[in-house]
Amino acid sequence: MANLELRNIRKSFGAVEVIRGVDLTVNSGEFMVFVGPSGCGKSTLLRLIAGLENITSGELLFDGEVVNGLTPSKRGIAMVFQSYALYPHMTVYDNMAFGMQLAKGTKEQIRERVLKAAQLLQIEPYLDRLPKQLSGGQRQRVAIGRAIVRDPKVFLFDEPLSNLDAALRVATRLEIAKLHHDMAKTTMIYVTHDQVEAMTLADRICVLRDGVIEQVGTPLELYENPQSLFVAGFIGSPKMNFLNGEFADAFRATTLGVRSEHIRITSDGRWSGEVVHTENLGSDSYIYVEIGSDEPLIVRQEGTSRHPVGERISVSPVESQIHRFDRDGRPMRV
Amino acid sequence: MSVDGTVAAPAATPARPIKNELLAQRVRSARIFLVPMIVALLIVAGWPLLRSIYFSFTDASLTNLYDHEWVGFANYLNWRTLESGRTIFRGTLVDPGWWNAVWNTVRFAVISVSLEAVFGMIVALVLNAEFRGRGIVRAAILIPWAIPTIVSARMWGWMLNDQFGILNDLFLRLGLISEKIAWTANAETAMTAVLIVDIWKTTPFMALLILAGLQMIPKDIYEAADIDGVHPVKQFFRITLPLVRPALMVAIIFRILDAMRIFDLIYVLTPNSSATETMSIVSRENLIEFDNFAYGSAQSTLLFLIIAAMTILYIWLGRVRLDGGDR
Repeated sequence: MANLELRNIRKSFGAVEVIRGVDLTVNSGEFMVFVGPSGCGKSTLLRLIAGLENITSGELLFDGEVVNGLTPSKRGIAMVFQSYALYPHMTVYDNMAFGMQLAKGTKEQIRERVLKAAQLLQIEPYLDRLPKQLSGGQRQRVAIGRAIVRDPKVFLFDEPLSNLDAALRVATRLEIAKLHHDMAKTTMIYVTHDQVEAMTLADRICVLRDGVIEQVGTPLELYENPQSLFVAGFIGSPKMNFLNGEFADAFRATTLGVRSEHIRITSDGRWSGEVVHTENLGSDSYIYVEIGSDEPLIVRQEGTSRHPVGERISVSPVESQIHRFDRDGRPMRV
Repeated sequence: MSVDGTVAAPAATPARPIKNELLAQRVRSARIFLVPMIVALLIVAGWPLLRSIYFSFTDASLTNLYDHEWVGFANYLNWRTLESGRTIFRGTLVDPGWWNAVWNTVRFAVISVSLEAVFGMIVALVLNAEFRGRGIVRAAILIPWAIPTIVSARMWGWMLNDQFGILNDLFLRLGLISEKIAWTANAETAMTAVLIVDIWKTTPFMALLILAGLQMIPKDIYEAADIDGVHPVKQFFRITLPLVRPALMVAIIFRILDAMRIFDLIYVLTPNSSATETMSIVSRENLIEFDNFAYGSAQSTLLFLIIAAMTILYIWLGRVRLDGGDR
């Protein structure tokens, strides 16, 4: 239950500036996701908020108070690490209770809180085990449990699902969403490079690139109104089709962006070309059409594709759903 | 650290001959790889050991090594009852010189190894921290250990010299002592002198072994501990120490074995001083200088038995697994 304010935050490692002036407000109880390609500084930004790295310049405020100089434990945060970071020589129970044992609370209070968190995460049967006796998913749940026991004002996640296999990742993602629902008052900041995680979990997404914020907004805002070519390309799967040259000229833009689901296959479409590849996912399929642009155009079709490789088809964008970008990669108003 | 799920045990009944052939081949190649080491050990360690044990049951002397008789346990303990009814005991086990050496050795081993463990841990913790020029410091700290013992013993011998030694000069100027001390010759300070040199010399080795253990500990759990608000001192005792314990125990075993056999440093630094005479020194004296080859062999055998017993006890009590990890 805290709102965070970042004021012109900068971070340098030696001569390299990794975070280059970030201004951001995270509202109390909000689930904010930092997303961006690797090396964009998202993890560093999270570590600055956690207090694991010193802020080079700028101010970090928790509920209006500057916390730049506070140690991690005094900021009222909890963090879940990508590598779990469990104490390998302690049982699950001790892992979760360790922080509390030192700080505050009687044995009964600690026990109560650990059991409550364990119940929430369904790890009660493993309380006496060591981390090495658990599976990856169970370890990550213990790490989350340890964070819950701290009863933090701000909950930080550093790519918590990266080390899990695909099925477990989806299941744990759901659990984190449920956790956010159960801990509605707790502010959560979540770092990921996976835009699907960002889209499904976030109240708001902050897209980072090269140490600066590209855009902040709700998942749908980012999806529907990307404020730059980068965001347009980063959010959404498959990637948005970008067309240059005469394809864009026809729409009086430098770059034309069309999502695969906004292209229809018609008998007399605007563009036509040969099908070079198809991906059938069952519920829908993606058809790669060579229309003469830099990369094949990806067209989404519901159900199974009935267009074999080699067939010539003609397609048209849904005119109301196209994105036009100027020379600087900024969106153009109609 | 420990490897879970090692090679699966072979099936009880040979279901498929192909699988067993593979297993047999593995066992065969393992044996082939082991043979050179076992042969070398038998030649340089096994044979001399067996010979020593054998000689300890004879009356062999250095001048007449191959003309000896079997005397049983006489070198260890024998007694004769005189006509007066008095019984006279003889042998190593009732030799005050031997027990003085045993006490010296044990005292030396316990004090030096415990101090080395403490200093080694401190050095290792410092070297494990990130700072500029860490590589150079790491190399520099190994120098005492790299210097041959003879050289460092001589060097320290001069530094500890009663007339010209820098240590006396330094302590006098600082007012720590009122008159010059003959560190190595004085019976009260001889052991201290030996301990100082040994600790100076061997702490780097200890530090390096502990450092290797420290580097196995993932960094992120310290970050987790920071977030949990665990005080650095508590982090050391609750996280670092338990996790580095296997490496520390192995380092201590190595050092105890080494310290129990100490010879070269004392032989050079404080020769002929009963205050620092150790088991190795005494047995060498008997073997070579006093021409009591069989008697010295008996003492060597006892030394071997004591070291073996201590090691087994330590491994058992400390629950050390030499392949790393806890039992």
